[in-house]
Amino acid sequence: MTTKKMAIIATKGTLDMAYPPFILASTAAALGYEVQVFFTFYGLQLLRKDLSDVMISPLANPAMPMPVPMPVMVQMLPGMESMATMMMKQKLKKHGVASLQELRDLCIEAEVKFIACQMTVDLFEFDKSEFIDECEYGGAAMFMGFAGDTDICLFV
Amino acid sequence: MNFDKEFDASGLSCPLPILKTKKALSDMAPGQVLKMIATDSGSIKDMQAFAEQTGNQLLSSNEEAGKYIFFMQKK
Repeated sequence: MTTKKMAIIATKGTLDMAYPPFILASTAAALGYEVQVFFTFYGLQLLRKDLSDVMISPLANPAMPMPVPMPVMVQMLPGMESMATMMMKQKLKKHGVASLQELRDLCIEAEVKFIACQMTVDLFEFDKSEFIDECEYGGAAMFMGFAGDTDICLFV
Repeated sequence: MNFDKEFDASGLSCPLPILKTKKALSDMAPGQVLKMIATDSGSIKDMQAFAEQTGNQLLSSNEEAGKYIFFMQKK
């Protein structure tokens, strides 16, 4: 039986959008898939050594369930983003959902390959020392080399 | 049912029960049986799918007092 493959392009760097790539990558790896995740633009934030700055915003996010209805004018106030992030993290913990850090560690342990988009790293003038050591740097062509041969390819 | 190893994934949500099952199986010998307990209601279908896709056999899955109990034999 040939090994199945999955490729994911992770382009978002908010707490809510960070979960799908890590959940799918770790699960696919557990099912025996060979997995690569290509992190580009805001997705690069998910490769930082410290994930504590990954946040969720209620602004421009009308589908986010809120404990009480909240007008946009209130959502834009200082501190609302931190509060929403804190509440979301509490909720995740209460329901036994793994932290981002834990899921990322499980991906690494399962040999999921992380690729950081070199172009975006240069564009935003990021310092590579802020990223985890377990990622490689590459471009679109390098990713296509793997993605072109996969059974599942997702853009998140 | 006899088993060689047991772990309790109660309170953990998707995909942790599956990831931890995979991990628990990794240091077991072929033919050995793992008992897994979960409270995640999605784990019934997830464990079936895990078995189908990995070749490990799901010997049984039962619900007892809000807990799901699985016995899986390593391929």
